Amino acid sequence: MRERKRWLEQRLDRRLLLAGGLAAAGGTVVAANSARGQSNHAGHGTAAPAAAQEPPTHLAAHGAMITVGEVDDARNGFDPAKLLSDWDTGTVSQQPDGRTLRTFEITAEDKEIEIAPGIFFPAWTYNGRVPGPSLRATEGERLRIVFTNNGSHPHSMHFHGIHAARMDGVPGAGLIAPGEKFVYEFDAKPFGYHLYHCHALPLKRHIHKGMYGAFVIDPDPALHPEHQDVARSRLLGTTENVGWQEFVMIMNAFDTNFDNENEVYAVNTVAHAYAKKPIRIVKDKPVRIYLVNVVEFDPINSFHLHANFFDYYNQGTTLTPTLKTVDLITQCQAERGILEFHFRDHEPGLYMFHAHQSEFTELGWVGMFDVVEAVS
Amino acid sequence: MTHTTTSPLRSRSSRWISLLWIALPLVVLGLAIGWLVSTDPLSSFRNGAPPVENLTFERTILSPDGIRILVRAGGSEPMTIAQVQVDDAYWQFTQNPSGPITRGDTAWIALPFPWVLGEAHAINIVTNTGATFAHEIAVAVPTPTRGSMSFASQAVLGAFVGILPVAIGLMFYPALRGVGRGGMDFLLSLTVGLLAFLFVDALDDALELAGEAAALFQGPTMVVLAATASFLILMAAGRRSGTPTGLALATFIALGIGLHNFGEGLAIGAAFASGAAGLGTFLVLGFTLHNITEGIGIAAPILKQRPPLWTFAALALLAGGPAVVGLWIGSLAYAPQWSALALAVGAGAILQVIVEVVAMQRRRQIDGTRTLLAPAAMAGLAAGVGFMYVTAMLVKI
Repeated sequence: MRERKRWLEQRLDRRLLLAGGLAAAGGTVVAANSARGQSNHAGHGTAAPAAAQEPPTHLAAHGAMITVGEVDDARNGFDPAKLLSDWDTGTVSQQPDGRTLRTFEITAEDKEIEIAPGIFFPAWTYNGRVPGPSLRATEGERLRIVFTNNGSHPHSMHFHGIHAARMDGVPGAGLIAPGEKFVYEFDAKPFGYHLYHCHALPLKRHIHKGMYGAFVIDPDPALHPEHQDVARSRLLGTTENVGWQEFVMIMNAFDTNFDNENEVYAVNTVAHAYAKKPIRIVKDKPVRIYLVNVVEFDPINSFHLHANFFDYYNQGTTLTPTLKTVDLITQCQAERGILEFHFRDHEPGLYMFHAHQSEFTELGWVGMFDVVEAVS
Repeated sequence: MTHTTTSPLRSRSSRWISLLWIALPLVVLGLAIGWLVSTDPLSSFRNGAPPVENLTFERTILSPDGIRILVRAGGSEPMTIAQVQVDDAYWQFTQNPSGPITRGDTAWIALPFPWVLGEAHAINIVTNTGATFAHEIAVAVPTPTRGSMSFASQAVLGAFVGILPVAIGLMFYPALRGVGRGGMDFLLSLTVGLLAFLFVDALDDALELAGEAAALFQGPTMVVLAATASFLILMAAGRRSGTPTGLALATFIALGIGLHNFGEGLAIGAAFASGAAGLGTFLVLGFTLHNITEGIGIAAPILKQRPPLWTFAALALLAGGPAVVGLWIGSLAYAPQWSALALAVGAGAILQVIVEVVAMQRRRQIDGTRTLLAPAAMAGLAAGVGFMYVTAMLVKI
């Protein structure tokens, strides 16, 4: 009997089957808005739109292929919309030799975060957020990072940058046990877009649990006379820089069942965050994205911009683009770069961006730019 | 005399005492529960581990509206379905009833997913803790619905694999009537052999299906208990007025085979529902051949009687008809535990007729110890098992 079943399952003569009238209905196309998910999850009661309702314009682009519900940003303690441009510039003081000393305070702690509506992940965090704070300094400054480990495991901060071996954040050099404190100190160099992450072992687990963040060293215009305008536009707070719309995008993913494959992909942690709440872009101001890939388990990640092209500065260590006029770049883990583009000549509207690994896109890593004429 | 006057009193007090003895253990149980809940003495066992989660997929229904799946929760605490992936993509879904699913409860998940005819799809349910539960749709075909055209064609199929072979086997009746003592031994042992094959087959399938069911049904235990219960009930019913012989025994054999065919029908129907199945002509003929001995087995006990013709039709329907009903029910994609239960009941019924046929043979033998060891009986046993085994090869791929 079971052999019959097996036979039936394996030896498929679909034409006969169809002749038998079993498949009266053919393949199906389902209306994009035919159903919305369950109305509420425990812990966040935001109701999804009713079945008959037309989806909002920015959601129509994703059809029914999107997570159901909303993430409780307040409970998480961070809002993906704010993470985009929430720079941590530390506290600034003068050293006796006249150099600027910039001090950051970072605390490692365990925290359960909601990475997609209703899905909770036991994260290890810097300052209670994933990704950790986006540190921003200027080339040539002295940096001091006061790191406290309030987590349940040993942790460290390993900076991509130029520093002494004893400041490297690997076991034996700044890796500290729970309850301990360590001060990393080094010069801000080279300018560019770097990152930091925990280098405790096993590395995979410590990174994918959420211990990473952006580390931007702005170029000092005085040191780059040949590209002073570009350097000034990169330096946070200058009048040139204010003319830009800058966003940090950390491409990350979460293996929620710990089988070494990711269940959720995102930029800045929350799946579909920017698909559900598009990023507002003012049409005539240029856009600069600090993009880094920290995804674990998958060899590469990518960024694709719809209906537009961009210039790319690999690792941000140059003031002239390393790639010009592309609409797709790939990054292996810890690879990063700066994307520059504008929508000056575009009509206002919703422009999609996503990984061009369709799987990552469909598992949460997709967003929209809402290009508008001017801030209203 | 005093004895008679005190007796009502004594019996009343003894009733109170026996009531007390019933109440006392229940009171102790109540106190234990109260103590457990109020003082939480097991808190030291709580090690921060997340609750155990378990989710079983019981039905999958594919329709022009998308995919609907019935899931049963079996976790240590109510489970919350957070998101649903189809083919590694998050997909909108509705859950009915919504909210956390308590242990043992079921919920329907509806996905407006444009599935592709004849291709495979993978459903992956993500709970609030991030645990995932995967379910494969091996071949996507529309699930038959009640009243759809496929019901008629399934009835034809059921008739071919269930009723027809039994009827053909029964048609040997006139030819078999003339057999001698040795021939009778052979035929009865042949019946035992084929029933033994069906018993092993049914039990094996029941246990396999039970393994697919939700853990809380305790599949294998359920199968053994159901088979034992059906065996005992049928034995008791059959022997109410002595050991069944003749037509009564033939009816019991038909019933046992019918229950087995019902389970078979469920499984074949489930194969349709789970995205099987074109049936080749060769395969259907293989089934028919495989089941012909069932008719001979039913005919064996009534060879020395002359039952009216309608009883043959009734016996064929009793043994083969359930295959049609099973196909219908199975194609509506019911959960594996029901198929396992039906097969287990069938296995018990078959065991009962094995016992009764052997008992009949013992009575026929002058030397009862040689019942199945007489040369003709041995040959019949081998032929029965052998024929079933070899014809099963036709349908085993």
